[in-house]
Amino acid sequence: MHAFKYLRASSANDAAAAVAKNSEARYLAGGQSLVQAMKLRLSSPTDLIDLGAIKDLTGIKVDGSGVTIGAMTRHADVAGSADVKKAIPALAALAGMVGDRQVRNMGTLGGSLANSDPAADYPAAVLGLGATINTNKRKIAADDFFKGLFETALQPAELITSVTFPAAKRAAYVKFKNQASRFAIVGVFVADTGSGVRVAVTGAGPCAFRSKELEAALSKSFTVEAAAAVKVPDKGMNSDLHASAEYRAHLVTVMAKRAVQAALG
Amino acid sequence: MAMGAPLIGTSVLRKEDYRFLTGAGQYTDDISLPGQTYAVFVRSPHAHANIKSIKKDQALKKPGVLAVFTGEDLAAAKVGGLPCGWLITDVNGQPMKEPPHPCLAQGKARYVGDQVAVVIAESLHAARDGADAVQVDYEPLPSVVDTASAGKKGAPQLHENAPDNTCYVWAIGDKAAVDKAFAGAAHVTRLDLVNNRLIPNAIEPRAATGAYSRAEEAYTLYVSNQNPHVERLLMTAFVLGLPEHKVRVVAPDVGGGFGSKIYLYPEDVVVTWAAKQINRPVKWTADRSESFVSDAHGRDHVTIAELAMDKDGKFLAMRVHTTANIGAYLSTFAAAVPTILYATLLAGQYTTPLIYCEVTAVFSNTAPVDAYRGAGRPEATYVVERLVETAAREMKLDPAEIRRRNFIRSFPYQTPVALMYDTGDYDATLDGALKLADVAGYGKRKEDSIKRGKLRGLGYAAYIEACGIAPSAVAGSLGARAGLFEAGEVRVHPTGSVTVFTGSHSHGQGHETTFAQVVADRLGMAIENVDIVHGDTSKVLFGMGTYGSRSLAVGGTAIVMALDKIIAKGKKIAAHLLEASESDIEYDRGVFKVAGTDKQKMFGEVAFAAYVPHNYPHDKLEPGLNENAFYDPSNFTFPAGTYVCEVEVDPDTGKVTVDRFTAVDDFGKIVNPMIVEGQVHGGLTQGIGQALIEGCVYDKDSGQLLTGSFMDYSIPRADDVPSYKVDTRETPCTHNPLGVKGCGEAGAIGAPAALMNAITDALGVKDLPMPATPQTVWKALRAKKAA
Amino acid sequence: MGVKVSMTVNGKQVSSEVEERTLLVTLIREQLRLTGTHVGCDTAQCGACTIAMNGKAVKSCSMLAMQAEGADIMTIEGVAKPDGTLHPMQAAFKENHGLQCGFCTPGMVMNAIDFAKRHPNASEQEVREALDGNLCRCTGYHNIVKSIMAGSKAMAAGK
Repeated sequence: MHAFKYLRASSANDAAAAVAKNSEARYLAGGQSLVQAMKLRLSSPTDLIDLGAIKDLTGIKVDGSGVTIGAMTRHADVAGSADVKKAIPALAALAGMVGDRQVRNMGTLGGSLANSDPAADYPAAVLGLGATINTNKRKIAADDFFKGLFETALQPAELITSVTFPAAKRAAYVKFKNQASRFAIVGVFVADTGSGVRVAVTGAGPCAFRSKELEAALSKSFTVEAAAAVKVPDKGMNSDLHASAEYRAHLVTVMAKRAVQAALG
Repeated sequence: MAMGAPLIGTSVLRKEDYRFLTGAGQYTDDISLPGQTYAVFVRSPHAHANIKSIKKDQALKKPGVLAVFTGEDLAAAKVGGLPCGWLITDVNGQPMKEPPHPCLAQGKARYVGDQVAVVIAESLHAARDGADAVQVDYEPLPSVVDTASAGKKGAPQLHENAPDNTCYVWAIGDKAAVDKAFAGAAHVTRLDLVNNRLIPNAIEPRAATGAYSRAEEAYTLYVSNQNPHVERLLMTAFVLGLPEHKVRVVAPDVGGGFGSKIYLYPEDVVVTWAAKQINRPVKWTADRSESFVSDAHGRDHVTIAELAMDKDGKFLAMRVHTTANIGAYLSTFAAAVPTILYATLLAGQYTTPLIYCEVTAVFSNTAPVDAYRGAGRPEATYVVERLVETAAREMKLDPAEIRRRNFIRSFPYQTPVALMYDTGDYDATLDGALKLADVAGYGKRKEDSIKRGKLRGLGYAAYIEACGIAPSAVAGSLGARAGLFEAGEVRVHPTGSVTVFTGSHSHGQGHETTFAQVVADRLGMAIENVDIVHGDTSKVLFGMGTYGSRSLAVGGTAIVMALDKIIAKGKKIAAHLLEASESDIEYDRGVFKVAGTDKQKMFGEVAFAAYVPHNYPHDKLEPGLNENAFYDPSNFTFPAGTYVCEVEVDPDTGKVTVDRFTAVDDFGKIVNPMIVEGQVHGGLTQGIGQALIEGCVYDKDSGQLLTGSFMDYSIPRADDVPSYKVDTRETPCTHNPLGVKGCGEAGAIGAPAALMNAITDALGVKDLPMPATPQTVWKALRAKKAA
Repeated sequence: MGVKVSMTVNGKQVSSEVEERTLLVTLIREQLRLTGTHVGCDTAQCGACTIAMNGKAVKSCSMLAMQAEGADIMTIEGVAKPDGTLHPMQAAFKENHGLQCGFCTPGMVMNAIDFAKRHPNASEQEVREALDGNLCRCTGYHNIVKSIMAGSKAMAAGK
């Protein structure tokens, strides 16, 4: 790890001000991706602004329309929250599938989204549920947030403060894990929102994306058979040692089928 | 008073556990020496490159950097290259090609991770910063990593004196007779097999700390290693040219080995040498990503295997051609693994009368390949048991029945590939496994799977292995450059407690318990009064270390021999104390008795007399009670068993689930069943890892290691494997006093074939490459559907 | 060299001067000399470095020492009773031969204790899944799973 300066921010404003001062500064959320990258010298920020002490960024609020989760809320807290389990069970279940137990005790919602790892789980829920990402500057619709490989709509120094997830009529997330990393080779989040069906896919592309083909089919008929009939094009899909684009495209359909089945209960 | 029930055969809880459970274990990196410095190695990012220059000055300017050394510095100091411990003779009678293996690259880097320089600094951070600042001017060269291509004409050449990258071509068996048998066979089964390259990944990464004392003119090396005496012998005699008595090697608690810590590695030499240069201890601990590129890898064979049978499925002959990738340099035992430890096992449990095997060992731009759990024997078992199961399918025979038709049943049995099996009962382990696995209920389970849209398959493997490689004289005639005995010392203290020193090394096997059981039982004393010491050349008289499942059969026997000497001397002392004839003294569980009388002396009384020799036969006997023994076995031991594996395959994703795994092994006599079961569980899991999960991949064009971390190379996790059903049968080894055979590698030897037999059964395909990852299985199913 | 960090480690208040880039595991091993917490990988997968922070299992190799400011840390050295009596989970590992080389063991035990507190009646499958973040190369997990199930029972029974 290269040397850097460390600052423990006491408020979101302080943190944002500190990052704004220096283009090589980075926010430190749970650190489960960033500290790893720094250890391997793949990332070398000059300054780290630790968000861990900012109380306002943590917590779960439920109202009639959905759930708002603070950016620094740990995955384990989302997974274990009785409120989230009741309001959006698929979201709690997804949080319980991120990384491993220890990672879930440290890793945060905001950190995961800001990093936008192509194989991360949370982006599938954000996109699948049509969530809103609240930052210190604005509200960003999920559909506008994920821009590419490790790339989001966040501007320099912009800080995610919370995410608002609208509740769905029924939803589920199913993932097929990479044997080694346990990240998603393909993960599919299916949500019947009441006003349409959203299908978000992670692991298969440079960042999470919605599958128009699956959404069209499932909007007509929210059934396993409808999902099974969709052949997802493999164009632009990731291809690596573990899974070719073709295999990933196939898995999108299989995981979608299973997600629909799970959503139907 | 004699002590209680025998300990041998009971599951005594482990003596070593308390320290490991409380964090008090002392692994190499846990040991900090005063004034220690930190070493970081600069490693080649290229698979093959000329090193045009190395500039140290920027690195030396970094704060905290103390020294930078390169291959030139080592050459100037006359530090030699690493030796290979086994010489294989080519089919043409020529010795194998042994290119130099410098501890730091000289002129050329030959694989990604080849160590090019070392930076030593006040802190690890400083050493890393320094390593980043070493400027190496590489001229990249074309590389070859692929086993099948490395030996071909025109492939990039690694070493000047090894044309076609060929280290040797070696053969065993009567080729003409085998060819003739094939010509007349009713059926021939042929398989093209790849035994995938594995990365051992003991959870403790390799580590080495060298220290030098000017006062004593002596070195100490703490190293995560399986055989400290061999490490010292190779390093002093062949590399550093130091007198052995001036070098102490300590292998403290070692966090798993699996073969990968047998060898003398370049880093061990460099930190030892450098400690004297800077006159401070030098510590190096591998990062996991460093382990991936620099630990010796395992397996990596490409094989064409054929089995000839008569119309009833009786095996007539076997013909095997194997190309073995040995990596860029010859590691310590590399030459023996694909030859002596592989081809000699091709008879398996069967009476196949004729076997011919030819092995070509090739250099490639990859990490050196050496022994990894099983070492040659998993590769042999994979060949034999994949062939046998495939033959059964082709001949429409029950796979158990074809094995029964060919089992060896008369012992001792001389195989056509050099080995002489002393004993075994293959029907017993096969029958036991079929029953324990509930093979009778398989049909119903398969129906259930089909109902759920899944595929189910059943596979067997009836493996044999040769453990405790021996005797030294025979091994020497086959090219071994070291002895293959073991040493033990029993030190009885004046009050009767015992410290035992063994040349075996425990890195998970539980010797501190198993060996103590043997000693306590033999002497008839409480196990609390026995301590086992290992892993320090300054304490243990000598040792060949732990590998090849040899510890109890060879190291344990050395201890038993020393115990017998203790008892023999004790009888002499007791005879004197009891005023009886030595021939009338009997020893029974802690008590020396005059036969047929009630006159007796306790073991402790005799020990006390030996150290406080007031009333003592000084004219005939030295005081003290301390004996050692060296044991050189007369033969290998031959553990064997049958494994039955049942898998379920999800045809939609290609994911294989190991639903049931049953192992029935014959390890001869068993000292601690709990520990033996644990060894089997671990071996099976590594075998399942090979078949299902693990595969080392180098990029064919760039020579980069694509599976260079746990993000891309997986070892099994808890939810990848089932709970196992294991049991044993017992035919005691005929040539060691304990009747033991060894159990450490069996699981890893037998599991891959059983698993691949089960998966190919489920898919209805003849062959499938390992590891059978979901994508591989999915592709195979799709290809089958298309066909 | 530059920043001060304070926390409670195994019940003792600890203050240390560290470089900002110091990992928590480095502080624990190198400065506090609590070497029972191990490092087995550099990609946060092996779990040998698992400790409890404020009662929750975390990987001490994946966080900066600074992130533990003010936290209550427990390492494997703090698990047994002061008189040396093993914690029920440690005892279960011993009784069920849940360890071989011992290197992954501290991390296994630290994760197992946290898991058992929250899931006292977990099934075998749940235990296996809870070990997602802990690698063992020796035991094949069979006896680790047995140990955790037995240790969970013993903890629930208040042993």
